[in-house]
Amino acid sequence: MKKTRAETDISHRRISRRAALLGGAQLLFIGGLAARMRFLQVEQADQFRLLAEENRINMRLIPPSRGEVFDRNGVRLAQNAPSYRIVIVREDAGDTDAVLDRLARIMPLEPEDIARTKEELKRSPSFLPITVAEDVRWEDISRVSVNAPALPGVTPEVGLSRVYPQGSDFAHVLGYVGPVSDYDLEKIEDPEPVLRIPRFQIGKVGVETKLETILRGKAGAKRVEVNAAGRVMRELDRREGIPGSDIQLTIDAKLQGYVQARLDQESASAVILDCDSGDVLACASAPTFDPNLFVRGISVKDYGTLTNNKYRPLASKTVQGLYPPGSTFKMVTAMAALEAGLIGPDDTVYCPGHLEVSGRRFHCWKRGGHGWVDLQTSLKRSCDVYYYDLAIKVGIEKVSEMAKRFGLGVKHDVPMSAVAQGLAPNMEWKRQTYGQSWRVGDTVNVSIGQGFMLTSPMQLAVMTARLATGRSVEPRLIKSIDGVEQPERGGESLGMNENNLRKMRRAMDVTVNDRRGTAYGSRIIEDEMRMAGKTGTSQVRNITAAERRAGVIRNEDLPWERRDHALFVNFAPIAKPKYAVAVVVEHGGGGSKAAAPIARDITLQALYGGQPPLEAYPSKDRERIEELQERLRGVQPQASFVGRDQA
Amino acid sequence: MSYLEYQVKSAPTGVRKILHLNWPIAILLASVSGVGFLMLYSVAGGSFSPWAEPQMKRFAVGFVLMIGVAMVPIWFWRSLAGVGYLMTLALLVAVEFFGTVGMGAQRWIDLGFMRLQPSELMKITLVMFLAAYYDWLPVKKTSHPFWVLLPVIAIMIPTVLVLKQPDLGTSILLLAAGGGLMFLAGVHWAYFAAVLASAIGLVTTVFQSRGTEWQLIKDYQFRRIDTFLDPSTDPLGAGYHITQSKIALGSGGWTGRGFMQGTQTRLNFLPEKHTDFIFTTLAEEFGFLGSISLLGLYALIIVFCIWSALTNKDRFSSLLILGIALNFFLFFAVNMSMVMGLAPVVGVPLPLVSFGGSAMLVLMLAFGLMQSAHVHRLR
Repeated sequence: MKKTRAETDISHRRISRRAALLGGAQLLFIGGLAARMRFLQVEQADQFRLLAEENRINMRLIPPSRGEVFDRNGVRLAQNAPSYRIVIVREDAGDTDAVLDRLARIMPLEPEDIARTKEELKRSPSFLPITVAEDVRWEDISRVSVNAPALPGVTPEVGLSRVYPQGSDFAHVLGYVGPVSDYDLEKIEDPEPVLRIPRFQIGKVGVETKLETILRGKAGAKRVEVNAAGRVMRELDRREGIPGSDIQLTIDAKLQGYVQARLDQESASAVILDCDSGDVLACASAPTFDPNLFVRGISVKDYGTLTNNKYRPLASKTVQGLYPPGSTFKMVTAMAALEAGLIGPDDTVYCPGHLEVSGRRFHCWKRGGHGWVDLQTSLKRSCDVYYYDLAIKVGIEKVSEMAKRFGLGVKHDVPMSAVAQGLAPNMEWKRQTYGQSWRVGDTVNVSIGQGFMLTSPMQLAVMTARLATGRSVEPRLIKSIDGVEQPERGGESLGMNENNLRKMRRAMDVTVNDRRGTAYGSRIIEDEMRMAGKTGTSQVRNITAAERRAGVIRNEDLPWERRDHALFVNFAPIAKPKYAVAVVVEHGGGGSKAAAPIARDITLQALYGGQPPLEAYPSKDRERIEELQERLRGVQPQASFVGRDQA
Repeated sequence: MSYLEYQVKSAPTGVRKILHLNWPIAILLASVSGVGFLMLYSVAGGSFSPWAEPQMKRFAVGFVLMIGVAMVPIWFWRSLAGVGYLMTLALLVAVEFFGTVGMGAQRWIDLGFMRLQPSELMKITLVMFLAAYYDWLPVKKTSHPFWVLLPVIAIMIPTVLVLKQPDLGTSILLLAAGGGLMFLAGVHWAYFAAVLASAIGLVTTVFQSRGTEWQLIKDYQFRRIDTFLDPSTDPLGAGYHITQSKIALGSGGWTGRGFMQGTQTRLNFLPEKHTDFIFTTLAEEFGFLGSISLLGLYALIIVFCIWSALTNKDRFSSLLILGIALNFFLFFAVNMSMVMGLAPVVGVPLPLVSFGGSAMLVLMLAFGLMQSAHVHRLR
């Protein structure tokens, strides 16, 4: 096929025409691309620049370090210790179920932890690390590290966790922290963003929760650059948070440890106050538990053991526990009558063993009666009839008012959980509560701290301190916050006749130190240190007339929960009161037998600032005391939530 | 027409040929590739590995290949046009059976030292074949239905084979380049009008087929079209590419965020940043000035090619050069439209800039042919 010159020319012209056309179209399109570039990069630049910044910059919260708690001498009670945890990242792990299975074979994992992890993995973005196990032992951490190739996405991390080095001693005062729950968030109005950090620890009980905002501090924030997967590439800037404030309690850790150990497995509680400042020096409730268990998340089994224990180890009995004060209330009844000027200290009442009040017979604890008794004798021997008589004379309104002046039935401002108000009843109260009018019989019951009367050990300690000083002592638990001394509250005079108060103290003195006093067995021998106090035995059941005829059943023969509560209050030294103590042993039987020795031991421990000499104890007790001291020496009380054998 | 018909005497011989190369185009190609090295260095976070260094080596090989091909007279290459086309077709069939599956598509044959994508090679051999065909065909018969049908078949076979891989982007490029060449050769307007009309019909049919048993294209291809039509409906899913790519481009502004300072690129918001979406990195880091400059370089290459074709009196050479220029144009036009949100994401790399071995070598081979036609042109 030979082409002519002309043919070639024609074809060439055609190609040129079409080439120019197509080339023009191409250049036009390139012009269009240029216009689009200008539109995106010049006209819409600001908008896209903003979008790019939004893409890359994230705000991250820096959790503040929680304030630490110290005792009055600087002993650390709550601290933040590094704790190792195992986290898993879904996007790195791939098949998370298989990885978790392998992990469970390497280290001990609770099935509930695995279930929780799987749930959280499902809910969270794939790059977010999810905590599998907390407070992991070092051996497990190293085992996970060695097996790292088989465990993609699993890494050990170090973080800060709350630790209570004193263990169970401060469980009821300090409480504990735990990971913030949905329930917690619901309760808080407008929760801070820091609380949204998964497993952020907040106070759940006790001082930890009452002073939460002070301890928590303020979260810092950092701006970080993240990549498309949300992984942090670098930090752009950061604003440090404000760490929580350190708190110093008024409690003496050494004394607290002793008190806790002395109460041992008894279902009991004890409070010791500084009479001058109102400082709570020890505040112990037994049996106790290890708060560290709660920080990690307590197992269902352990929690069940705690809640099913009938000695209620979780209850903070010093402020939550309410008991009829029994005979320890008699000082209040007497002071009401003395202040009203209705009796003199030397006026006597005849006690035949019972008193007839509007057709009903009220018994004295001593069947045969005490005969003629005055104020001092009645308190020393704890005659009931004398106080029945006083209360009827002075009337319930004055008794109730006097109780409140002594701090009973009044809610004291102590930063502990569920502080109970107690009850100092009057006519108005009964009308409002029961819609019934007050009866004389009610007054008679209240006069010896029974009936409607309810007090907490903390209130009894306050009452004793006020009796000892004549001033309105208020309990103080927080000594300082961030080194700033907290003010002492109260302390002004109660405005009572000093002569009357002196009579009362004298009566309490003989109750302990007179050979015929109810607490003579628990006296302090050392003259300088002698204490004054009052026993109390409060009934938790009614004694029927039939039973009284047949002979009152002895406490030891009753089931535990129907036995009497044993109480004791005291202050020491008598000459210049320094310490006020209240001890309640739930269903412990008689106050002189069950509560007074504990109170005396605590008082001595405080007076000597450590182990007291054996000479301070009554000689017949010394052998037993020596043995006890030997046992308690250096013994750090253990987590003691497992109750004693109750059979 | 045999080689004797060329006015051989007017063509340069020996080493002097090098002086007669179209140097402006060679320099432009080197410049564009240089931009590519810079961007590959940047997306690797300021490192020659893993992309910039192999790309530079390939370019060096490609450049030598281009000059080598240019030294061989164009009539020799023309005589290979038919064989080349058939061999490439055979390779395309071969990848159907022996091809390695990558990215969900059968696309390449592993030759040991490199992975050959026959579809890339087909872009050149198809253009060569069609140019030779129209050179052979008497001009009068150009628009005769029978002589139109033959090249249509020659275009459709590889297009369908590539579509089956499936590689929608390359098949569209093949179709467009083949059609463009027929247009350049002077096939009558009426054919193109008819094809356009039936294309509209076909698109309608394809959309009608959605969700039925005889669905003509894959679901992901449908989704890409949906996403293209409205990227905001699925910003984290299929629309992610386009949205992030536009953010990167737009945030570049006039002068860009500076070399290696592009946050979208460096923080991996952009997918396939070293291949199909490399233009966004350039646009983000060097801004409007940078991207318009690259576009300018591309436009100059097209202009120089058209100029060379128009001054070449040999029909085969003209058609070949225009075909190669059209191919090159389609490459960057589709890629840029894609990243700027003007076209669906079809997986077409940016020529000479995107990381990729076959594409680079095939392009340099094509420009070698173009240079050969230029050197051995009828004056």
